[in-house]
Amino acid sequence: MKDHAATEQATDRAELINAVGLHARPSVKLTQLAKTFDCRIEIALSADGPWVDAKSPVKVMRVKAPRGAVLHVRTSGNGARAAVDALMALVRSGFGDAMDQPADVRHG
Amino acid sequence: MVRQMVGDSVNLAYTGGDPGGGLGTGVASIREAIDRAWSEAGVAILVDLGGAETNSEMAVEMLDADRRGRVVVCNAPIVEGAVMAATEASGGSPLETVRRTAEELSPQ
Repeated sequence: MKDHAATEQATDRAELINAVGLHARPSVKLTQLAKTFDCRIEIALSADGPWVDAKSPVKVMRVKAPRGAVLHVRTSGNGARAAVDALMALVRSGFGDAMDQPADVRHG
Repeated sequence: MVRQMVGDSVNLAYTGGDPGGGLGTGVASIREAIDRAWSEAGVAILVDLGGAETNSEMAVEMLDADRRGRVVVCNAPIVEGAVMAATEASGGSPLETVRRTAEELSPQ
């Protein structure tokens, strides 16, 4: 039996599908969403890091993640799972931005 | 730009031009802008060239003592600083954190 409660942790990743990637406006949206959670939230372009604080608009913008990059998110603390799910939903929605259809998509 | 990127949750005011209608700023119009942007959390001011900073400092000096401590002039680029400060403020951060986030953009 554990003598202390394990800290809630979660991780996930998603491709940036919006046209501009993690540009200024998407960065602001991501930061604002991250700030609504109590847990520690970090993002990176690789599972090996470097990890940056998702609640810092300056640091998030400096990641300069382009369209097509895979954004990794890891969280720890209260609401860690909910935070990852919310952030991934934002990324997968393309931040509500315009999404150009990739040139290599074939129909039928 | 701040309204588009950050939304409507943060008070925002701007001013420019000297009292004669020329280039520059005026202490009285800066004071009015501080009043428009005021909330209990305080006001972060972003300025461009030279006179705007000294006039802002004079405007802050003229505030009531209890408000003076809750107005800061940020040492940050006006456009980027305003977006970063508003993003930080929209998450409910205290004034000192808002200032620090805006100033993260400046060369150290």
